[in-house]
Amino acid sequence: MTTIFDVLIIGGGVTGCCIARTLSKYAINIAVLEKDADIASGTTKGNSGVVHAGYASSREYVRRNLCIRGNKLYTQANEELNFPFIRNGSFVVALEDKQIKYLEGERKRGIEDGISGLELILDKEKIRYMEPNLTDDVVGVLHAPTAGIVSPYELTFALAENAAMNGVSFFRNEKVKRISRQNYVFKVKTSSNEFKAHNIINAAGLYAAKISKMVGLDYFDIMPRKGEYILFDRNALHLNKILFPIPTKVSKGILVCPTIHGNTFVGPNAQNITDKKDIATTEAGLKEILDGGRMLVPNLPTRASIRNFAGLRAVPYNSISDKIGDFIIDNTDVYGFINVAGILSPGLTSCFAIAEKVEEFLKLLGLELKIKEDYNPIRPKPQRFKDFSKAELDEKIKEDPTWGRIICRCETIPEKEILDAIHAPVGARTVDGIKFRCRPGMGRCQGGFCRPRVIEILSRELYIPPEEVTKRGEYTSFLVGKTKDRFMEITEREELE
Amino acid sequence: MKSYKSDVVIIGSGAAGLASAIEIKKEDLSVLIIERDKELGGITLQCIHNGFGLKEFQEELTGPEYIQRFINQVLDLKIPYLLDTMVIEITKDKLVYAVNNEEGLIEIQAKAIILAMGCRERTRGAINIPGFRPAGIYTAGQAQRFVNIEGYLPGNSYVILGSGDIGMIMARRLTWEGCEVKAVVEILPYVSGLLRNQVQCLEDYDIPLITSYTVTKIHGKDRVQGVTISKVDRNFDRIIGSEKFIECDTLLLSVGLIPENELTLNAGADLSKNGGPIVDNNLETTIEGVFACGNVLQVHDLVDLVSAEAQRAGKNAIEYINTRYGNDIPSQGKIKCIAGDNVNYIKPDFINREDLSKDVIFTFRVNFPDRRVQIQIKDEENNVIYKRKKVYVIPSEMVELKINFDKLENKIESDSIVIEVIPRPEVLIEEDEVL
Repeated sequence: MTTIFDVLIIGGGVTGCCIARTLSKYAINIAVLEKDADIASGTTKGNSGVVHAGYASSREYVRRNLCIRGNKLYTQANEELNFPFIRNGSFVVALEDKQIKYLEGERKRGIEDGISGLELILDKEKIRYMEPNLTDDVVGVLHAPTAGIVSPYELTFALAENAAMNGVSFFRNEKVKRISRQNYVFKVKTSSNEFKAHNIINAAGLYAAKISKMVGLDYFDIMPRKGEYILFDRNALHLNKILFPIPTKVSKGILVCPTIHGNTFVGPNAQNITDKKDIATTEAGLKEILDGGRMLVPNLPTRASIRNFAGLRAVPYNSISDKIGDFIIDNTDVYGFINVAGILSPGLTSCFAIAEKVEEFLKLLGLELKIKEDYNPIRPKPQRFKDFSKAELDEKIKEDPTWGRIICRCETIPEKEILDAIHAPVGARTVDGIKFRCRPGMGRCQGGFCRPRVIEILSRELYIPPEEVTKRGEYTSFLVGKTKDRFMEITEREELE
Repeated sequence: MKSYKSDVVIIGSGAAGLASAIEIKKEDLSVLIIERDKELGGITLQCIHNGFGLKEFQEELTGPEYIQRFINQVLDLKIPYLLDTMVIEITKDKLVYAVNNEEGLIEIQAKAIILAMGCRERTRGAINIPGFRPAGIYTAGQAQRFVNIEGYLPGNSYVILGSGDIGMIMARRLTWEGCEVKAVVEILPYVSGLLRNQVQCLEDYDIPLITSYTVTKIHGKDRVQGVTISKVDRNFDRIIGSEKFIECDTLLLSVGLIPENELTLNAGADLSKNGGPIVDNNLETTIEGVFACGNVLQVHDLVDLVSAEAQRAGKNAIEYINTRYGNDIPSQGKIKCIAGDNVNYIKPDFINREDLSKDVIFTFRVNFPDRRVQIQIKDEENNVIYKRKKVYVIPSEMVELKINFDKLENKIESDSIVIEVIPRPEVLIEEDEVL
């Protein structure tokens, strides 16, 4: 590739895409490289989807202020980008009297640092009114009304779509192999291409240390820490609030939480592992989170579970500060190379604040940041069948008949929404890509009905045979061949003989 | 928005929907069938194996052959139907809303509705198997659709979890396609599908059946590379140390079926423990004029039984329109039917007192297999008002009883009855004598 990008972002997770979108308002040339078949397929895909109020991190950590700032930035971003997000508020639940003191301390420090609305509620009746499913053992809660829930991957798709609308180039299936530099131009060699750039932003998530080492920066390491989840059917349980236990040293504990789409999940646990691809759930882990969740919501609908999954947190160890678990956001000694690494919780909340920081770094590096005249911050809200009134629906189907062909019955998704997902900027190329963009296969039948139809649509729209349609990229195809193929082979062989 | 009127709207055009539509049309009432797929026939179309029709037609047919006989009648009777049309809402006032890509939103005012939406398969999430989430995990019915309808193979080597009928039939089907079926793994100590399928689909093809085992881990990050199976004890807890690894690239799940009642629930009807709607002896749900039949009511073993139940639902809907519709006839009260010892669930859930002079058809399943049993019905005072001997009962075979309560010696006075399956009293005496 002959273009020299002003900024090359490595990693298409929420952090990378948020930086791309934030910078897309400037008249500079930006590209995002993603190693997987789709963006939002690493840590971004498997996390709690909670926008934290910001009281939970220690004041010694940079992530505390970024989280508090990031939370505030969600309001405007949501107005512009139209991703699924609400501020439903969170409870930290005290089950013993002695924990109240801890909650009071958190409240005080939170208010001092500018978190609005934090209140300690000790009136059990009021608590139960606000969240009827909460355990009877509750003695008090810390209520954070600014906390909310978001669909992390739909946020990322929104960011990427808006960035692409404003000229950012996205390259998927591009795994970075080697980085070299000549005359202040980085050369990034990937599995199939070479990219050139003046500045690199390393937002490679679990692999950020590996990328950093490619330019000779070896001051931190990323350790994967697994969290497992169980998701319940929408009809089974409805929660109002995000419910946290009193946090432990390593995590905020096992929460019970509504999703933005009306399901409920329980999780995550926290398990340090070594394999960065190990997103397997375990029997012990699933039991651990159910037991943990029952402490807060005793009547967890275990029979109505529709899926279990796991995600990996990118836990950093910074050998300069000797700290574990704080964000590493550095304008490094390698001129033009910015590390945005170790973005674990509350990274999702902080993404907009992190992007602001990167913006400042680029200014310091002397990049001219001039706002484009035609910059459009609005990513239109994806049209959803479910949001239409009956009259609107009738009109829509007349305009475009694909609105009238329902592909996923659990979530009521018509063909039109799937076509939109494929043809959007940075559109879906895989079955999972469609599932995460517009939800067919997310419901209680988990794709039993819609999967053959989704494969058919992808095959038709991408001009590929059905055998080449994959779940999430290379080696994950659904079909191995046509029926009778084997017999054809045998007959041919026999004929030859 | 297009508006239609029809005496009866039938949701679903599988074995249940078609049989009930034919009954209604024969009585000269107007009827409309709504089908979400591209053709009439429902899931039976992908069941290309034989074993259908022995009861209904006294001959052995394949699924498509069986359903075609009903489709032909529908065409002969000129029963109207909508294809590629999804019902999105039904109301208590019997308004049905549906969409398709030709007509847009459609509103149909019915006098009665028959629910015939069938069932869906339980998934991996429902049974919470830990491990990776690679490509290559399918429900047995999904694999059946790929192979029999679309003409594609979902994998090369298989492990099938669950010895339900579809699972065993797919084991044979895939073997015919030249694929390797490594094992059928069943958590229960016995096969959960029909005996004839165990013999004809597994034993005849030397496919290993591993009972009292279940899949406890799925291997493979991208595509399935194998599964770990473990032996389970009586409480279905895994026995540590019993793990075995089986290499395969595909896992098929045949772990049960659930009646598909989203529409029913949204309309405000109540469901019972088995996942089907609560019905009275007329197969009428808790919403007046809304009837249910086939697998949406309860999962059946044989399609013939579905057709028979649907014919009953059709007749009852006709009776409803001709007598009760628009007339406020006071109920004489209801008798609740309760599942007792070794009865998993019972249909109907209620009997109308005014219907005691009619034949009441009970259908139920047992919880565990037993031999030489007595099926009995007791009232609230523990008086046995009906009893019958049966040589054996197994969970995979639905039990059907036809009873006319007015013809029995003991009348039902109480507001509820209990149906139970107990060891025959005389068997106990024989054993005593042996001792």
